[in-house]
Amino acid sequence: MTAFHAARWNEPLIQELSEAGARGIIPPATDPAIMQAAGDVLSRLPKALRRAAPPALPEVTQHRVVRHFTRLAQMCMGFDVTTDMMGTCTMKYSPKVHDHVARDHRLADVHPLQDPETIQGVLEILYRFNRMMCAIAGMDEFTFQPGSGAQGIYTNACIIRAYHAARGDQARRNEIITTAFSHPADAATPAVAGFKVITLMPGAMGYADVGALQAALSERTAGMMLTNPEDTGQYNPHIREFVDLVHGAGGLCAYDQANGNPLLGIARAGDAGFDLCQFNLHKTFSAPHGAVGQGCAAVGVREPLRRFLPKPVVTFDGERYGLDVDRPDAIDKIRAFLGNVQTVLKAYAWVMSLGADGLRAVAETAVLNNNYMLNRIRAIPGVAIPWPANTYPKLEQVRYSWEPLFQETGVASAEIEDRLVDFGVQHYMTSHVPMLVPQPFTLEPGESLTIAEMDAMVAALRAIAEEARTTPERVRSAPHNASIGRIDGEIPHDPATWAFTYRAYLRKRSAWSGPRSPRATRKHGGY
Amino acid sequence: MMAKGAGFTHPYVPNAAPEPRRRLLAAIGVGDIDELYASVPADLRLQGVLDLPPPLPGEHDLRRHLEGILARNRSCRDLLNVRGAGCWQHFVPALCDEIVGRGEFLTAYAGGPYSDHGKNQALFEFQSLLGELVGMEVVSPPTYDAGAAACSAIAMACRVTGRRGILVPALMHPDRLSQLRGFTQPAATITTVRQDPDTGLLDLADLRAKLSSAIGAVYIENPGYLGSVETGAPEAAALAHAAGALVVVAVDPISLGVIAAPADYGADIVTGDLQPLGIRMYGGGGCAGFIASRDEERFVHEYPTMLITPSPAAGGGIGFGWSTQERTSYDKRHEATDYYGTTQWLWGIGAAVYLSLMGPKGMVELGQGIMARARYATKGIAAIPGVRVPGQNGVVFKEFVVDLAGTGKTVAAINRRLLGVGIMGGHDLGTEFPELAARMMVCFTEVHDRADIDRFTAALAEAVR
Repeated sequence: MTAFHAARWNEPLIQELSEAGARGIIPPATDPAIMQAAGDVLSRLPKALRRAAPPALPEVTQHRVVRHFTRLAQMCMGFDVTTDMMGTCTMKYSPKVHDHVARDHRLADVHPLQDPETIQGVLEILYRFNRMMCAIAGMDEFTFQPGSGAQGIYTNACIIRAYHAARGDQARRNEIITTAFSHPADAATPAVAGFKVITLMPGAMGYADVGALQAALSERTAGMMLTNPEDTGQYNPHIREFVDLVHGAGGLCAYDQANGNPLLGIARAGDAGFDLCQFNLHKTFSAPHGAVGQGCAAVGVREPLRRFLPKPVVTFDGERYGLDVDRPDAIDKIRAFLGNVQTVLKAYAWVMSLGADGLRAVAETAVLNNNYMLNRIRAIPGVAIPWPANTYPKLEQVRYSWEPLFQETGVASAEIEDRLVDFGVQHYMTSHVPMLVPQPFTLEPGESLTIAEMDAMVAALRAIAEEARTTPERVRSAPHNASIGRIDGEIPHDPATWAFTYRAYLRKRSAWSGPRSPRATRKHGGY
Repeated sequence: MMAKGAGFTHPYVPNAAPEPRRRLLAAIGVGDIDELYASVPADLRLQGVLDLPPPLPGEHDLRRHLEGILARNRSCRDLLNVRGAGCWQHFVPALCDEIVGRGEFLTAYAGGPYSDHGKNQALFEFQSLLGELVGMEVVSPPTYDAGAAACSAIAMACRVTGRRGILVPALMHPDRLSQLRGFTQPAATITTVRQDPDTGLLDLADLRAKLSSAIGAVYIENPGYLGSVETGAPEAAALAHAAGALVVVAVDPISLGVIAAPADYGADIVTGDLQPLGIRMYGGGGCAGFIASRDEERFVHEYPTMLITPSPAAGGGIGFGWSTQERTSYDKRHEATDYYGTTQWLWGIGAAVYLSLMGPKGMVELGQGIMARARYATKGIAAIPGVRVPGQNGVVFKEFVVDLAGTGKTVAAINRRLLGVGIMGGHDLGTEFPELAARMMVCFTEVHDRADIDRFTAALAEAVR
């Protein structure tokens, strides 16, 4: 048993706190002289465009709004609150000073279209960080426009498309090769960009072998987009050969460095021959994950692809920073304006606080912590380590398997995931699709945690495995000590009961007690 | 040999200190950290150290360095700003900053129903509150920005109708149009519909002429990019529907206390940017999009985003789950028609706080106050000799176009003079649309009081002389 219990406020929905006539805040006053001169502005709206009744928003006094959202915040397990080892997410400490500086009005209240002479500070950060990222990745120019890893990978796909189009080869080169253990975005975003995507399956070592790549290459190959290490924490040592083979076939190589944390100062995308890459600044570079964003991808390219980077690119003439918008070969805009510049500031601050030795210490420590976890979790009865043929140490994460425990007890990894929350830690990530490893769980400890915190995670996993043998219902009915009890798993997926707004919830709530329809099947229109 | 990082002790990397490092290495039976990198071939290993500036490990030193750089910015609190065009200066209640700054939210990520119950409830409330504004029952959590939301929504409409043609306003936000061109390049064809450069309104005859059985989506911005309320929107929607197309309406959500919910004049899918709802501009980093629609399976199945939904919990109360994940690129991989990932959820929490504070009265007062300021400003500016406000007789929300052709001066020259007196003038439309040279788009919101507007008007009169 554990002593932990999460905050459990049973906090109503904000609409349920509404009291007629209450005000949360008063908007800025409008000068009577303005009102008089402007006249009845609402009457200028044609009837069809004039709002007939005020929106049905709740009416809540201010302190109750404060309490409401403060209570909701307390029912979260962010990194500031507890251990979070969610695999592929690179959870790490986000230094507070960065957030405080980012709230400075000289960043927070800057308009993106201000004249460059008034935002020299913003441009300087973007420019300086660009050069730092070039050093870290072995690339020649970066853009920070994409708002997430997936959008960064999409940007890579768009640049590959533009490269072949500029050579008049777009129609023929319409295939992108990725691997099954690369992030799903490495398959999805090139598909969105119009490519046919070929997914290489892992061999006995847990990564694709050279033969699989050779079989996929042809004159249709536009490029290769993958992670390395993959989402399994395993590094494919044949990566240079992969790159050379793709280049030999006329394709480009894009390195998704979503799993780049173990390689900072150790190995660079450019040195492995990659033409372009992307890093998640909200993961590897410590910018806070923001409850699913504000993210930022740093997309880097080698010189020949520089002309394809989206507008604008920050320039420096030795005195002044500027914005280059005269870029006829640039791909289309990815995100509005300059991207999440506040996220770039935080990443810049992090690198400035650590320097070259510090980044290397981050990488090495992330790998060391992970192998320590591996060593201890390997000893938990019921855990298997996939691909026994692969005896290399793992890098920053491990995809484990509860398959032996599942065979013994029938308790599934997803059930253990839910039980983990009762131990006061964030739940784990099982696996991305495809779920090739049975009963998977993926842990990435990162470089921030102490040994005691890692030991506590191991102890929790060990205790739950033991419960699976002795009191499996305890696991299956979890969580018990979380902010909320176990939810009905079908209601979210049934069109008769799903509800994506309060108004839909009010309409459909009565159906919760009725029978469930079979899970909705996708009715895809298609172009 | 000890690796380079050995012995490095930094507050952010506890186990890089010599003692814990030694303990961990001993526990796993490895003598040197290099052995853990056995899978990385020697010829790919970096020789030497990264070429980076010397670090500032002390927090005070780092902060001084960062603030020294930011001091080279002049913010919209230092300047009087009337520039909008896709990111707008609005009033941000202190509580919005307070809540989005809370570490529990700021450092949460992909937690599920039990570990991040509060995050999921906050985002469900965001979906709900926005649903009231736009009049729809389905609202996504935040997407990247209004442009990305438009891309996804328009592509959804094309998939639902099985048609590849897209009609968009000719004078739509150029960045959004660029995003859309890139996104739909493999799958669809974009045709622009004329807009009157003076009123900014859609040319309905041109729309009618371009509608056909090939058109799947008609995209309307209301207010339009040039600031006018698109009074022809209901008729445009009716025309689109008659041709079998779906209607995607991009709104400014802060206008919806006074302007009709788009669902009430024919929108099938609604998009827009949340940034006006209590999110600071952050040089554009404040932008965050959303998608909304009716609760119909044909739409829901095409959403690329997570969708948060309540579900009854054991022991009472409701929890929140993520519905039908098989729709998303996480599950579809190479079969994906759109993608999703980390987006801008933190700003969704900020917008939820904002709408909870404003309530129905606040949104009505805001909308009215903004329209009154813009109207007041049009009158003063139009009275300047040589200056025209071509949309003056239409309905403007917060932005409008100022025609400076009669002054013989360029927008850039006028803006230089304005900046000299501490004013960030309007957006130079000629940089985006050659036919709109010598036109400046200005933006007035609830942050501008009468003195601000009068000061701008007087400074503009001086600058054009």
